[in-house]
Amino acid sequence: MSSEDIQSEHGHSPSALIAARIEKRWATLSVAIIVLLAAMAAFAGIHQATMPQARVETADPSTLHLSGEFIESNLGSAVEPDGSVTVRAIGQQYSFTPQCVVVPADTPVTLRATSADVVHGILIEGTNINTMLVPGYVSVMNARFKEPGDHLMPCQEFCGVGHEGMWGKVQVVDKDTFRAMSTDNRRLTCVK
Amino acid sequence: MLSNKRLVLAHFLLAFVLFGVALLLGAWQMYIRSPLHPWLSNPELYYRSLTAHGTVMGYAFPTLIAMGFGYAISQLALKQPLVGPRWAWASFFLVAGGAVVAMIPVSLGWASVLYTFYPPLIANPLFYIGVVLLVVGSWIWVALMSINLRVWKRANPGVPVPLAMFANVAGSYLWGWTAIGAALEVLLQILPVALGFKHTIDAGLSRVFFSWTLHAIVYFWLMPTYIAYYTIVPRAIGGKLYSDTMARISFILFLVVAMPIGIHHVFADPEVGAGFKFIHSAFTALVALPTLLTVFTICASVEIAGRLRGGKGIFGWLKVLPWQNPIMLAVAFSFVMLGFGGAGGLINMSYQLDTTIHNTQWITGHFHLIFGGAIVIMYFAIAYDLWPHLTGRALTDLRLMRAQLWLWFIGMIVTTFPWHWVGILGMPRRMAFFDYTSPELQPEAISVIVSAFGGFILVISGFMFLAVLARGMMTPRTQAGEYRFSVAVHPPVRVPVALNSHGLWVGLMIALTLTNYAFPIFDLAVRKDTSVPAVYVGAR
Repeated sequence: MSSEDIQSEHGHSPSALIAARIEKRWATLSVAIIVLLAAMAAFAGIHQATMPQARVETADPSTLHLSGEFIESNLGSAVEPDGSVTVRAIGQQYSFTPQCVVVPADTPVTLRATSADVVHGILIEGTNINTMLVPGYVSVMNARFKEPGDHLMPCQEFCGVGHEGMWGKVQVVDKDTFRAMSTDNRRLTCVK
Repeated sequence: MLSNKRLVLAHFLLAFVLFGVALLLGAWQMYIRSPLHPWLSNPELYYRSLTAHGTVMGYAFPTLIAMGFGYAISQLALKQPLVGPRWAWASFFLVAGGAVVAMIPVSLGWASVLYTFYPPLIANPLFYIGVVLLVVGSWIWVALMSINLRVWKRANPGVPVPLAMFANVAGSYLWGWTAIGAALEVLLQILPVALGFKHTIDAGLSRVFFSWTLHAIVYFWLMPTYIAYYTIVPRAIGGKLYSDTMARISFILFLVVAMPIGIHHVFADPEVGAGFKFIHSAFTALVALPTLLTVFTICASVEIAGRLRGGKGIFGWLKVLPWQNPIMLAVAFSFVMLGFGGAGGLINMSYQLDTTIHNTQWITGHFHLIFGGAIVIMYFAIAYDLWPHLTGRALTDLRLMRAQLWLWFIGMIVTTFPWHWVGILGMPRRMAFFDYTSPELQPEAISVIVSAFGGFILVISGFMFLAVLARGMMTPRTQAGEYRFSVAVHPPVRVPVALNSHGLWVGLMIALTLTNYAFPIFDLAVRKDTSVPAVYVGAR
């Protein structure tokens, strides 16, 4: 039942009808605004702007160090056959492994990360790379760093009293430097 | 016709005393993590304080306000004595006792897990038991509100339920249902581990359960404020409510769509797939609708007051509004903060933009502006409006009340605007310390200092508020007269069943929760490979 019907049930005073009409106009405008917002989100999503992670993947934190993609020797940045780079990292109370992530500029980068203990987060300042690390699950984010430079990489979720000290770093180097680095090492970091 | 004044007064007094303590803790935290204070050698103290601040401000304070206000509305709007006063007192003592039981381990440092729990971190079991008692106590209130309305309806068949009570009961049902998410998390997952029966927990499932509560709880905090907008403000400033029908529609919309949208809190999480994230994002856009409708109706109602006072022209009515009246001032400030906070909220719920500000200081700035600002300033207004009726003594110090409201508004803006800004710069949340000597963090230092001063202004305002209430209990006794709620320009004579009862809408709320949450929860619950060892904090 529309608001006009209700108003008209108790008297057809012209002011009541006018009031209801104005109100209806506003309600229509409000709905239009909301539909527009949702449509914009859908459009941007379909056209592959930044998207929340699509699929759920799991990793057992109690065996991370024994087998699978998150064993220590496999952490860091790896060059894929198609030229893109995959970064694998772990968060634990109260540091990241590796603490310093090195990536090439202007190259597709896939971040794959998980937690070895409690809930952590990875945020790379000056970018919109921002994801939770939930133990038991693998977080995946796609990124492309435009220019070389350094970024702070704090944990953004409360993970215990040492949370304040959990800061990592991201070093974006130009493509040639990165290629030169990767000839010697299968997995790259900038940990000194 | 407040036959049970002491019950309402007890809720408000406890709420505001707790609020005062938590406010001090909040300001202390802002000071500690600003450049004004060197490194805190024991960061555990910071997180202890943060847990207490969040638990009081998020659970105890607004719940007590909603309960006290609800009991007042039930008596004043229905004009009948409260049904079940003994149950009401029992529920009050459960809530108060729960708050104490929860705060003991928190103050001892045995439960520094924040009010959002964060398993697999596991605190002392008393913390969770206290929170459960608090929630169970508030569920008694939910039942009492429903029973009081039912008794009234039986005595008044076919009469429109007064708007204040209609909204109040909608708010109570919303709370009853939204609290279930966190209750499931605590009872099924956390407590068995905290008590030592189990040692592993699925953190992803916990986060989804908590998101069920985490968003709609915001609308539960908001309900008393919206009830005040519709049923106190127009009367207090000498106007009329533009539309009773639209008010009912707004409260119904809150009841139905506040619930199935919580997964927007876990956009950045790996345990939920993109499909449900998008659905929840779209539903979150829907919840802006009742607020847009409310903004229209209340602005129109205020305009009516301005025109009745002789205001002419497009803006002339604004000038003649009773700006000396604290309620007028409060609602104006509340709307400004709601506007900024709401705009920020649209960014948070956005499927794409969220990633820029997720878990940064922007988020803390956002909910302090909305809850601490737009909502709490109306809690002050509610207290100012009801106090003479509760104490039988007039509040005479209008100048102090106005100064208090101004300071709260200024303090909130000074606190939260720089807070949003450093969030955009990427400053993470929940840190007891930042190394401002680092060149990357140095540009944020000045904003954090400004924000901390905003916090100090809020402390001054908060204590002025408590002083107004305290002084109001010492003035000579007077007759407050009959309490009145706002009257609509066209008061409802008959209201369709759908706008006069809650059953259909509660059914829809539950159905939408199931469609939006059943699969994500079931999907995680049947996984065998994602339970992780608990990490116990504090002494056991």
